[in-house]
Amino acid sequence: MDATPDTVRSSPADPHAEEFPSTPPVGGAGKRPHVTIRGLSKRFGRTVIYDDFDLDLPRGELISVFGPNGCGKSTLINMIAGLIPVDSGRILFDGMLLSEIKFGYVFQNYREALFPWMRAFDNIAYPLKLMKVPAAERKAKTEALVERLGVKIDLSMYPYQMSGGQQQLVSIMRSLVVEPEILFLDEPFSALDYEMTLFMREQLQKLFVESGTTMVLVSHDLEEAVYLADRVLLLSRHPARVADFVPVNVPRPRGDETLSDPEFVRLKAHCLEVFQREVRRG
Amino acid sequence: MIRRLDAFLPLVGVVALLAFWSLVSARGWVDPVLLPSPAATFKAFWSGMDGGALGFDFVKTVYRTTMATVIAAVIAIPLGIMLGSSERLYRSLEFVIDFFRSTPASAMFPLFLVLFGVGDETKISVAAFGAILVILFNVAYGVMNARKTRLLAAKVMGASRLRVLFDVMLRESLPQTFVGLRNGVSLALVIIVVAEMFIGSQDGLGHSVFEAQQLFDMPRMYAAIAAAGALGYGLNLLFLTIERRFVHWSGK
Ligand SMILES: Nc1ncnc2c1ncn2[C@@H]1O[C@H](COP(=O)(O)OP(=O)(O)OP(=O)(O)O)[C@@H](O)[C@H]1O
Ligand SMILES: [Mg+2]
Repeated sequence: MDATPDTVRSSPADPHAEEFPSTPPVGGAGKRPHVTIRGLSKRFGRTVIYDDFDLDLPRGELISVFGPNGCGKSTLINMIAGLIPVDSGRILFDGMLLSEIKFGYVFQNYREALFPWMRAFDNIAYPLKLMKVPAAERKAKTEALVERLGVKIDLSMYPYQMSGGQQQLVSIMRSLVVEPEILFLDEPFSALDYEMTLFMREQLQKLFVESGTTMVLVSHDLEEAVYLADRVLLLSRHPARVADFVPVNVPRPRGDETLSDPEFVRLKAHCLEVFQREVRRG
Repeated sequence: MIRRLDAFLPLVGVVALLAFWSLVSARGWVDPVLLPSPAATFKAFWSGMDGGALGFDFVKTVYRTTMATVIAAVIAIPLGIMLGSSERLYRSLEFVIDFFRSTPASAMFPLFLVLFGVGDETKISVAAFGAILVILFNVAYGVMNARKTRLLAAKVMGASRLRVLFDVMLRESLPQTFVGLRNGVSLALVIIVVAEMFIGSQDGLGHSVFEAQQLFDMPRMYAAIAAAGALGYGLNLLFLTIERRFVHWSGK
């Protein structure tokens, strides 16, 4: 899977090559882009959500998406993840199409995203079943993942027997079991209580550091967005533009002390300022 | 202490009913020919069920109701899945289904008599006809109302349309399918009992009730009514038990 991208991109026969002049990345300078979005347009009825939108998402980073209500955060990651069609534009992953890569998606509504007829363990292993991995190997891979993440939940329970946080953790593990190249999370913690949210932030940070998977996290909590991110994508009201794409150079692992780190405080204030400017503009 | 007795609460209504019935028949408030005592009724029930004609009639009705329900389920469940998985197909047939669902199945007796004669086939097929529409409707709705998020979740994990249908839609529709089965079996029983009363029947609970009434054998008539009630209740309970066992996530 990883050996192909560069050959694909440099190949003269590559159909995407001409459509993809190496336009300078919007934001994300330095790192090689993982996701390249060019000329993305989307409207719902007469409402234009995206109009000729360009963006590069760097590889191996956790990118938080933050912006005013209804600006198109979900729409953006849903289009990148192929849940809803684009009106026009191109989204490539290392030059490849979505259908050529492995990715994961974590829904806000874990209650409806998990399969209540399967035990937690089988829920996590289900994507492997879709990939026609033999049963024994499915079991081994799932156990290895649980082991590696150090998750201590009784996975023989059914989802409805678990707490919300446990269910969302199961749901995140289900998306990680295929070893995705990129993981999308749409407000994964907003249905959880505060204590569970704090716990799950730590879990997600651990998973991110552990796996190094590119993650795109939509969050409605600015502190969470900055705390977890390598880079915060601030969107304007729709039609959405990149209001700012702020690198968060605060060392990991982050913890409670991070919240009072001067750099963190400064970045958070900056993001809030950009956000408020965008809200007032509307 | 009081809480522990809560398990017996359902018995309160039963005891109250029996007490009221005993009182009414002991005081002679109602002509004893019309309302025999609970004891006489129970005696008729017991002797009828214990090797008597009532037991035979009971088994006949169970057989017909079961046949009708099984036939209905075998036809309606796959059809319901098909209709439910294509919303456009369902919408195009919705009127026809709703129309026949609203048609009293008893109105179909003459037609089915012409088709199948006066034997068991007619009773069973009219009951199956009624049950099919009820089950079909519920299965189709169960499939159509599968949670969008769950379908999306399967889709983003790379499930094909067929996999989504079998792994998600079918499971999702099970609770609603059981609603359909329970309603279907109840309707089938109603139709079978009515058919046994009036369509040249020689046996079955409907026949038993009707015959006892013709002979003015009231304890036997009440016993047959009670047997029909017990059967209806038992069938419902049976399906509920199966549902709890196999659709453990229902309502959670
Ligand atoms: N299927 C749809 N049909 C019509 N309009 C839609 C649809 N989905 C989203 N919209 C509209 O598009 C805009 C962007 O929606 P989106 O869900 O992406 O916003 P969001 O930034 O995720 O908002 P929130 O903060 O509420 O999660 C909103 O104004 C919404 O009303
Ligand atoms: Mg949203």
